[in-house]
Amino acid sequence: MTLTETLRFMWDILPELLQGLEVTIQLTAMSLAGGFVLAVPVALVRTYTRGPLNWPATAFVELFRGTPLLVQLYVVYYGLPELGFVLDRLLSAWIALFLNSAAYQSEYIRGAIQSVSRGQLLAARALGMRSLTAFRWVVLPQALRLALPSWSNEVAYMVKYVSVVYMIAVGELFTRGQLIITRTWKVGPTLFTVALIYILVVYAVTKVMDHVERRFRIPGLETGVEGREA
Amino acid sequence: MRCVVYILPAAKLTLLVTVMSLAMGFVLGMLLAVARVYGGPVLRFAAASYSRVVRSLPTLVMVFALYYVVLMTDFLGGSRLASAVLALGACSTAYQSEIFRGAIQSLGSGQMLAARSLGMSRPVALRNVILPQAVRLAIPAWSNEAAIVLKDSSLVSAVGTVELFRRAEHVAAATHDWLTAFLAVGLIYFCLTFLTNRGLDWVERRYRLKV
Amino acid sequence: MAEPILRIEDIHKAYGKTKVLRGVSFDVAPGEVVVIIGPSGTGKSTLLRCVNLLTVPDRGRVWLEGVELTDKAVDINKAREKIGMVFQEFNLFTHLTAVQNVMLALTKVKGMKTAEARARAERELEKVGLADKADLYPAELSGGQKQRVAIARALAMNPKVMLFDEPTSALDPELIGEVLEVMQALASQGMTMLVVSHELGFAREVADRIIFLEDGVIAEEGPPEQLFVNPRNPRTREFLYKLTELYGEHGEPKSRGRER
Ligand SMILES: Nc1ncnc2c1ncn2[C@@H]1O[C@H](COP(=O)(O)OP(=O)(O)OP(=O)(O)O)[C@@H](O)[C@H]1O
Ligand SMILES: [Mg+2]
Repeated sequence: MTLTETLRFMWDILPELLQGLEVTIQLTAMSLAGGFVLAVPVALVRTYTRGPLNWPATAFVELFRGTPLLVQLYVVYYGLPELGFVLDRLLSAWIALFLNSAAYQSEYIRGAIQSVSRGQLLAARALGMRSLTAFRWVVLPQALRLALPSWSNEVAYMVKYVSVVYMIAVGELFTRGQLIITRTWKVGPTLFTVALIYILVVYAVTKVMDHVERRFRIPGLETGVEGREA
Repeated sequence: MRCVVYILPAAKLTLLVTVMSLAMGFVLGMLLAVARVYGGPVLRFAAASYSRVVRSLPTLVMVFALYYVVLMTDFLGGSRLASAVLALGACSTAYQSEIFRGAIQSLGSGQMLAARSLGMSRPVALRNVILPQAVRLAIPAWSNEAAIVLKDSSLVSAVGTVELFRRAEHVAAATHDWLTAFLAVGLIYFCLTFLTNRGLDWVERRYRLKV
Repeated sequence: MAEPILRIEDIHKAYGKTKVLRGVSFDVAPGEVVVIIGPSGTGKSTLLRCVNLLTVPDRGRVWLEGVELTDKAVDINKAREKIGMVFQEFNLFTHLTAVQNVMLALTKVKGMKTAEARARAERELEKVGLADKADLYPAELSGGQKQRVAIARALAMNPKVMLFDEPTSALDPELIGEVLEVMQALASQGMTMLVVSHELGFAREVADRIIFLEDGVIAEEGPPEQLFVNPRNPRTREFLYKLTELYGEHGEPKSRGRER
């Protein structure tokens, strides 16, 4: 294949790959959102309660952080039907991804809550705030700001890890690439194009999140908590 | 429980892939880190670019890319296992280079200056002063990385390496009990990551620098 | 003495086996300024936190304006509105600007409208000389400015009593004066104040009464003249001597070496 032929080929497969990218982005966004909604209460329960409420939350987080996403995906997609829950591919993918992300996100939020100093809560209570008011207006905003850098990492991480759902043939970016390869056997150009798209998207995500972090900059709250490396 | 017994022998391969990938990532990641901190502009740029590019790619992309490369060039006898280790190792190289770079930079320039002032050459100072400290500082992050590589090793099942996850699929197909097989393999992974973390915690405590 | 505005009766508090407070009682009259001194770890902070029940005493009772706060039926959050508190570490809300710090409890506790709360907050900041710093975040303020914002935040709630827990001991020496000035002005306006502080100059000039707390009990109390000139308890003399040694006569520390 000449260089022009290769470029031509890459151009031709682009629309199909971009369709896949759309699915990747949808899954990423929905998993992050679903994960966040679950992560906040899990983090709260783990930080502020003991005993019967705490341990299922802890078990959830430890189990999802201690096992591969692939296993979680297969339990949902192949395992749950045995219990009578038959879910389609996309829904299974979403459930596995958002549960996985929730486990990690809850850890960032928990770490952030713990790094908000005790004096903040003390001062709020001294002003006559009820504990829920103090949490809502003093601790939570600071914790969310502190968790932002690791949350940025999580966004990039999810963009990449959504590719795992290739294993149950959900048509996201990587799956589309594989389909093109089995059809055309043009391995190099296809994988190269797929890789290029990932690089650009992850780069864009990083830039956007940098901007968000700057936009919500609060002097004195810059140092975040560690996220999973992405 | 029977399931666990059927699947467990494949843990050997999972551990083999994990350990070899981590070892490859350790050696190359360390070299990249040193290149990024002490190298010239070209070396620094090359090392940083490698890290940035690879960290932008899904592990699965790397797994397939190296699988195809090894298959087509018949490199290392076209072995799937070799391709799997190369892929996970190449990924881990990028992440470990970041870990070690951070550790080296957190030491500050004082250590290097002190060593050089005693007449050590840069390589000697690196080997005897900088790296021993950096490695210890890096243990907590490295422990995280080890657990990630262990979990990501499940992805090489996609190119037909019969490690834990692929083995679980086989057992599931044979018993027609997918739920049990995958819960069982999940349990095995959980124990392995747990042991990895605990083991490295112990190492960290044992070799912690007292300052 | 007039009817006390604040009455502390037989407060006991233990953490595990360590008995921090072992029966502390005293009254504070309206407009009175009481300074509490004592060695580190004798429970001065604990005592202050027992007053607004941020720490719940094991035994003993607290009254504010004739209402027993230690009564389970009393809404402690309502009571805390009437008791301002200033902390050694400032504890300004990190994510809010100076003016937002003052506004938060006005809107969330007192239920004020934002505009009204802002106007009120700006007035309070002006009183402590920080009108021009309203939109800065705590991290952008000096220690002395932070503490003055904290005082404004407490005052905005219209408290009947103000509690100060070593308000100047986290400050660099050159910043102590500006905070003490604000406190002195507050005292001269008739605010009832309970102050833990080792600023002897301030105690001498502003305090109506000094309480020397040691090992969880009041070892001696009396007007400043008595304690400074002619203490009855030898331990008081010894402690004051050490303090003077360390800080000098007028509350200016001789040596740097921040007490923490
Ligand atoms: N929440 C707590 N849990 C356990 N022990 C505590 C707690 N708060 C205080 N203590 C202990 O109670 C004792 C008195 O503490 P407190 O802070 O009241 O002393 P203090 O007189 O204010 O000392 P300082 O001058 O150092 O501020 C100390 O020994 C302290 O360790
Ligand atoms: Mg104290």
